[in-house]
Amino acid sequence: MSLSLRTDGETNVIITRTFKAPPELVWRAHTEPALLQRWCTGPDGWSMPVCISDPRPGGKMRYEWVKDGAGFHLTGEFVSLTPYSRIEHVERMHLPDPTPDNHVVTEFTAFDGGTRLVMTMTLPDAATRAAMLATGMEHGMEDSYRRLEHVLAA
Amino acid sequence: MNAALHALADPTRRAILARLALGEATPSELAQPFAISQPAISQHLKVLEAAGLILRRVDGNRRPCRLSPEPLADLEEWLSQLRRAFDANYRRLDALLEELETRE
Repeated sequence: MSLSLRTDGETNVIITRTFKAPPELVWRAHTEPALLQRWCTGPDGWSMPVCISDPRPGGKMRYEWVKDGAGFHLTGEFVSLTPYSRIEHVERMHLPDPTPDNHVVTEFTAFDGGTRLVMTMTLPDAATRAAMLATGMEHGMEDSYRRLEHVLAA
Repeated sequence: MNAALHALADPTRRAILARLALGEATPSELAQPFAISQPAISQHLKVLEAAGLILRRVDGNRRPCRLSPEPLADLEEWLSQLRRAFDANYRRLDALLEELETRE
C-alpha cells in the first residue's frame, strides 16, 4: 500500500503505489472528472471545482484547484491510452506562468488481487525537475509555511 | 520572517531556489533554464539574499549564489513535500475505490 516516490537519473521521478481495487476501477478514477474531483485535491482544504478530462489521444485535460479563493491549474494532453493498463500524457502547471512540460506515463498492473500503479514523470532537464519538485510545495504551502515558521523561530 | 515568506511566495524565486538546490550557480546560469531576463534575475536574487535564503560570494568578476544551509531544506525535503501531497490524494482514492467496489 505504501507510497514510493523517488528520483531516477537526471530527469525522472517515479511514483509507485498499490491499491486494493482492480485496474479498471483505478483507471476510471484517473480518467473520469467526477471521480478525479473526489480524490486528486492535495492537502486538506483544497478542492478541484473544475476538472476536464477527455481520455483519448489528443484529448485535453484541465484541473483547477482552489483554496480560500486562491488557486492554480494544470493543463495537459493525452498522448496514448491502453484501456485499464497504460496512460501517456503531457502536463504543465500554471503558477500562473506555465512550467516546462512534464511527460507522464502511468501504468496499472493487476497485482495481488488489486492494482500496482507506477507513474514515471520525465522532465526536460535536472533543473526543471528540481523546480517541479519545488512546486510540490504549492500543494503543501500552508504546511511549509508553518514548518518554516517553526524553523525560523528556533 | 516575513521577508522569507514573501520570498518563497513567488514561483520564480522558488524555481531559482530549486535550481540552487542542485548546486552553486551564477546569475546568468540561473537566468538560462528559466527564460528570465538578467535584470529580473538580479531583482529576485536581491529579495532572496535579503530574506537570508541564499548566500553570494565574490569570485573574480563572478558572483555565484548558493542556498543558505538554513532555513531552506534540500531536494529530499521537497521530495517529501511532493510525497505528502500524493499520499493525501491516494488515501482519498483508497476510500473512493472501496465505495465504488461496494456499489458494483
